[in-house]
Amino acid sequence: MTGLLDTIIQGILLGGLYGLFAAGLSLAFGVMRLVNVAHGDFIVLGAFLALYVQRVLNLGSPFTTLVILIPVMFVIGYVIQRLILNPTLGDDILRPVLVTFGLSVIVENVLLQAFSADSQKLQGGSLEITSIALPKGLAVGWFPLTMMAVCVAVIAILQFIMYRTKLGRAFRATSDDGMTAGLMGVNSQHLFAIATGITLATVMVAGVFTGIRASFDPNSGPDRLIFAFESVIIGGLGSLWGTLLGGVLLGVAQGIGARLSPDWQILAGHLAFLVVLMVKPSGLFPKRGD
Amino acid sequence: MSLLEIRNLSAHYGDFQALYEVDFHAEQGETVAIIGANGAGKSTFLKSISGVVRVKKEAITFNGEAIGGVRSCDVVCKGVALVPEGRRLFTSLSVEENLLMGAYSQKQAGTWTLETVYELFPRLEERRKQGAGTLSGGEQQMVAVGRALMSNPKLLMFDELSLGLAPKIILHIYETLAKIRALGTTMLLVEQDIRQALNVADRVYCFQEGRVSLQGRPQDLTQDQISRAYFGV
Repeated sequence: MTGLLDTIIQGILLGGLYGLFAAGLSLAFGVMRLVNVAHGDFIVLGAFLALYVQRVLNLGSPFTTLVILIPVMFVIGYVIQRLILNPTLGDDILRPVLVTFGLSVIVENVLLQAFSADSQKLQGGSLEITSIALPKGLAVGWFPLTMMAVCVAVIAILQFIMYRTKLGRAFRATSDDGMTAGLMGVNSQHLFAIATGITLATVMVAGVFTGIRASFDPNSGPDRLIFAFESVIIGGLGSLWGTLLGGVLLGVAQGIGARLSPDWQILAGHLAFLVVLMVKPSGLFPKRGD
Repeated sequence: MSLLEIRNLSAHYGDFQALYEVDFHAEQGETVAIIGANGAGKSTFLKSISGVVRVKKEAITFNGEAIGGVRSCDVVCKGVALVPEGRRLFTSLSVEENLLMGAYSQKQAGTWTLETVYELFPRLEERRKQGAGTLSGGEQQMVAVGRALMSNPKLLMFDELSLGLAPKIILHIYETLAKIRALGTTMLLVEQDIRQALNVADRVYCFQEGRVSLQGRPQDLTQDQISRAYFGV
């Protein structure tokens, strides 16, 4: 019983990581109906950038690199959206999918060139090995706990931007009716670029956490992408908190799967995803009106 | 100098030409109606002014500045607002958020603020937290008008204001227009309801197949002239 409880707690906290993977994807889709196939590769790019900056500047913790790298990733996102992705957006949802698929190949190969195919890992220091003891012999690691707390904070910030600021109002209005938003003075090119900038800022945070939690190499992107997609879809398109719960469900399903047999870990997550798709195709918490 | 001066305006959708060398002007404070059958180019004309349909730069002069082909998000900053056909509210936003979107381009407060728009349409204040998609047609049109006012436009354009609304509501909206007009706002009115249009307008243009087929002051035009210009018979 204690074992199962432990599995569930670990699964829930792992959901924090998947929520971080998925938050940006959810935002990009919600604002501009952009399906970014390169999302996972950007997460891995984030991890490599953290590795590089930590080494070059000789920083103690990979988290410190975020101070520099979050703004850097925001700018990268802004420029990529403005120059490459904006021209692909339109009635045809396939075009951005193809173009981001191309981006995914490019990012993977640039990483391969720059860092070789070797597996890398970020060192989280004492955070990785300390834990809090709970009753009944349970223990919760500081690292997964931090991961979940940061995920909740990131989603709360995104939620605040979307529903409490002028920028978020423009995001939602443009998502409703881009032409009319233009009549109100919204420059959608600039607005979308900001959205992708924010997306890559969240991706950077996800990159550091995934890099500390497990080893990564230039080809690790697609796995992250799948977990992100599944979290978004389980949670319901356009709902940020739903995305977090989607991540949690995925994490718990994987944990229970792994308890049955190590081979079952990933498969159980996919099965949970399929079950949700069959029972509730629009996800658990779809945005009203969609 | 006219507030809005249009010379030789042509507009295209791909290969299809929707407007042919249209000349048009509107003076400060004037209300100008544009009538014409379906497909005569009235909506295209408004969309050209507001930058949704791209046209030649020098074709449109507003307030002394050439604004033809300028992006719609920049046109609104120059003081032109459009109440689009079919209202096109942001349905997932509340009434108040829709109005605030109207003020998106505003750097400083003008005559029209949430308070003054609510004074004009008290009904909207009661429903300010409600989703815009849940309102009745008439209320939605009030939001659309209020939203356009929030940008404090010098030129306010209405595309098919009365379409699909009950006569009583049309009357109410037109009473409101009279109040807006009294403040000196220049208005362009595309309207299927000819009687209503002739009632409020200082001048009227009739469009037919992308060209201006008739123009003048309502009192100078005969019924016969109008039907001929309208239907082309």
